[in-house]
Amino acid sequence: MIDLKVNGKLHQVDAAPDTPLLWVLRDNLGLTGTKYGCGIAQCGACTVHINGQPVRACVTKLAAVGNGAVVTIEGLSNDKSHKVQEAWIAEQVPQCGYCQSGQIMAAVALLQTAPKPTDAQIEAAMTNICRCGTYQRVRKAIYRAAGIKA
Amino acid sequence: MTTMNKLASVTRREFVAGSAATGGGLALGFHLPGIGAANAQVSAGLAPMAGEMNAWIVIGKDDTVTIRVHRSEMGQGSSTAIPQLVAEELQCDWSKVRMEFASVMRHIRENKVYVSFSTGGSQAIRGSHVYLRKAGATAREMLIRAAALGWGVPPADCRAEKGVVTHVASGRKATYGALADAAAKIAPPADVPFRADAVWNIAGQSPPRFDVPAKVDGSAVFGMDVKVPGMVHASIKQSPVFGGKVQSYDEAKVKSMPGVQAVVKLPGDGAVAVVAERYWQAKTAMDALPIVWDEGENGKVSQAAIIERLKAGLNEPGVKVRHDGDFDGAYAKAAKKVEAEYFAPFLDHACMEPMNCTASVTAGGVEVWVSTQNAEGALAAAAEAAGVPPDKVKVNLMYLGGGFGRRGRQDYVTQAVGIAKQVGKPVKLIWSREEDIQHGFYRPISMGRLQAGLDAQGNLMAYAHKVCGQSIFAYLLPHLVKDGVDASSVDGTHNQAYKMDNCKFDFVMRNSHVPVGFWRSVGSSQNAFITESFIDEVAHAAGKDPVEFRRGLLAHNKSWTNCLNMAAEKGDWGKPLPKGSGRGIAINACFGSITCHVAEVTVDARGRLKVDRVVVVLDSGHAVHPDNIAAQNESGVVYALTAMMHGEITIKDGRVEQSNFDNYPVLMFDQMPKVESYLSLTQGEWWGGVGEPSLAPLMAAVANAIFAATGKRIRSLPLKNQDLKTA
Repeated sequence: MIDLKVNGKLHQVDAAPDTPLLWVLRDNLGLTGTKYGCGIAQCGACTVHINGQPVRACVTKLAAVGNGAVVTIEGLSNDKSHKVQEAWIAEQVPQCGYCQSGQIMAAVALLQTAPKPTDAQIEAAMTNICRCGTYQRVRKAIYRAAGIKA
Repeated sequence: MTTMNKLASVTRREFVAGSAATGGGLALGFHLPGIGAANAQVSAGLAPMAGEMNAWIVIGKDDTVTIRVHRSEMGQGSSTAIPQLVAEELQCDWSKVRMEFASVMRHIRENKVYVSFSTGGSQAIRGSHVYLRKAGATAREMLIRAAALGWGVPPADCRAEKGVVTHVASGRKATYGALADAAAKIAPPADVPFRADAVWNIAGQSPPRFDVPAKVDGSAVFGMDVKVPGMVHASIKQSPVFGGKVQSYDEAKVKSMPGVQAVVKLPGDGAVAVVAERYWQAKTAMDALPIVWDEGENGKVSQAAIIERLKAGLNEPGVKVRHDGDFDGAYAKAAKKVEAEYFAPFLDHACMEPMNCTASVTAGGVEVWVSTQNAEGALAAAAEAAGVPPDKVKVNLMYLGGGFGRRGRQDYVTQAVGIAKQVGKPVKLIWSREEDIQHGFYRPISMGRLQAGLDAQGNLMAYAHKVCGQSIFAYLLPHLVKDGVDASSVDGTHNQAYKMDNCKFDFVMRNSHVPVGFWRSVGSSQNAFITESFIDEVAHAAGKDPVEFRRGLLAHNKSWTNCLNMAAEKGDWGKPLPKGSGRGIAINACFGSITCHVAEVTVDARGRLKVDRVVVVLDSGHAVHPDNIAAQNESGVVYALTAMMHGEITIKDGRVEQSNFDNYPVLMFDQMPKVESYLSLTQGEWWGGVGEPSLAPLMAAVANAIFAATGKRIRSLPLKNQDLKTA
């Protein structure tokens, strides 16, 4: 059993230490909002926060998380009221939606370090793949959440 | 033919009718589905549902209106647009509308009451608007009649609005919720007029999409996310060489690995799966399992050999697609001749959600949970794989993490059922990204040879286009190949609006062992690039402005002309751009709609391309949810740009060389151009699709812009293989 702090709760997880955090979240804890897309840290669908930093859970071993506080999409709010979630709804960002948990987690992490990000900061932070092509709306939603006039 | 086979084949045919129709839409005039369905439910021995007006609409006592959606939701937005169209005719209160996915089991039970679950070919609205509107309008009339009957007044003196029927003279009112039970007993009227676009107050608006809130907090359930009690997980390896078989595998090597429960060979011997308690255990053991494959003859096939066969094919006469006038005579007399050859590679769909399916096989039947573009096809595949009649199958349709045509196939359903049958437990099968990219149904490889003859004044006198490529129909539905022509292979060539008096369009089929399938915009994905790039070449050869040249060929067609003109205007055609930048235009019709793009690009001295801006003008005839159409336009631009810049599946030793997003890259956030979307709606008899058309001409618009910026003509894709340096 390995201790794991997720969304403010301490869990005891029955998984091999080299199991990627992604699959611990999904299969052991049932937190399926975090998605599998590539398994090699390319697409960002599995983006979660550890101690506020965005990480790719598909290549983060359970053992490497240690005492780190993990936050997943389910931990942002109970009622879709995080300002980034509200901005995502207002701009009608998602299409298929599969990558959006990761997009939102990346955007939340960005706004924590850069509350009024420049376009260059947004582009550097948003490295998540979206096959539906929602990038333009992702940018608008980040502006909206940051209170930036487009 | 067994019942199951029949069902499977009908379903496949329907999918294709929906996927590859080149503008026809569904044949209309057959029995109206869904109307009087409550009676059918009674005859099937089931209690009619309270407040069910027909198979599409249920009105609750609390005035909520539930509208059923028969098409899958993969991001294209039809799970909102379909209810809008029904609600428009019903004239209910939109704030009280809920959507639910229609039951494919009921559809099977009740003589195809929902017509088709196939979600492809941009058909969701254009292929169903008549029966959806009829369902809404019929229910509205039944509600009016129920109220009139209760009040003892003529129905014509009553009005239905925002979920309330009002007797105009007396001001008496009744809500739909109060009327629903009585209304459901009234015979559906045969002829009900539809509301014109001009008076629409629900359709034509852009209400928030029903599926969006669940997609911002992780609560939307995709196939990948399904949880079934007692479920185990499977990881799969399919023969790397298409058509290869499992020769042997060493189960002992992985049997004692943590969590491993079984190693199973799939029916047909094309794949092996490892089943474990948890997915990562299954995947780890799968990667450790030694497998010997019998690769067969296909193991020797290379990309170069496939391309050589296509090139040779271009020198053959091929079969006739369309011949008008006298091309040869006119071309011989031409003052100026333009000739070119174009190439477009295999492409993978690379949906964000890798293929997966959860299946449970018990003595009572089969249940599957799946992200599919065709729930009916999934049902047929599950029945066939389990060897049970269709009425023993339950399909739970989940949200799709992308489809783009890939999820019209049901291979993952067949596999999941095949595994579940062997292990006797519910199984969730998850493909790795590598399996997903290496076992697709690829956009066919294709080439085009084009010729144009101009007179001394630069007028187009003769035009020819020969397509040589792999046929989707020959692979999937050979009976749809007519006189040697696969209509999908030549879509976007012979069937455009350009006036061409002396023209010939031919097709040479050159198939390989690589599985092919419908990839968003299908034949137009290659042919719009090829046709519209070549038209640009011809315009330049004629010494004419590319917009002006097209105008001359389109003067007889108002919709195309309007679309072209609006794009030129919104896209600032003719306004100067800095050195190194250029503007390109392209127009195409497919899946019932016309799209015109104006793209602006900048190519720097090192040959690096930036697509700065894309103006999209779409004529889909009608627009049910304009903001969603704008989203689809943005989506089409990105999907096309990914293909244009990076997209290439290549074959080595009979297998796909690419495996993940590191070597099959896609367009990223920082490469996104500014996309502006406009509608130029004909509002006539025809309804066009919106999921695919905006993709088709984009590559040509960008290629033509690159030519304007650099003088380099792009005739082969992707751009990563091209040198755009001007120095």
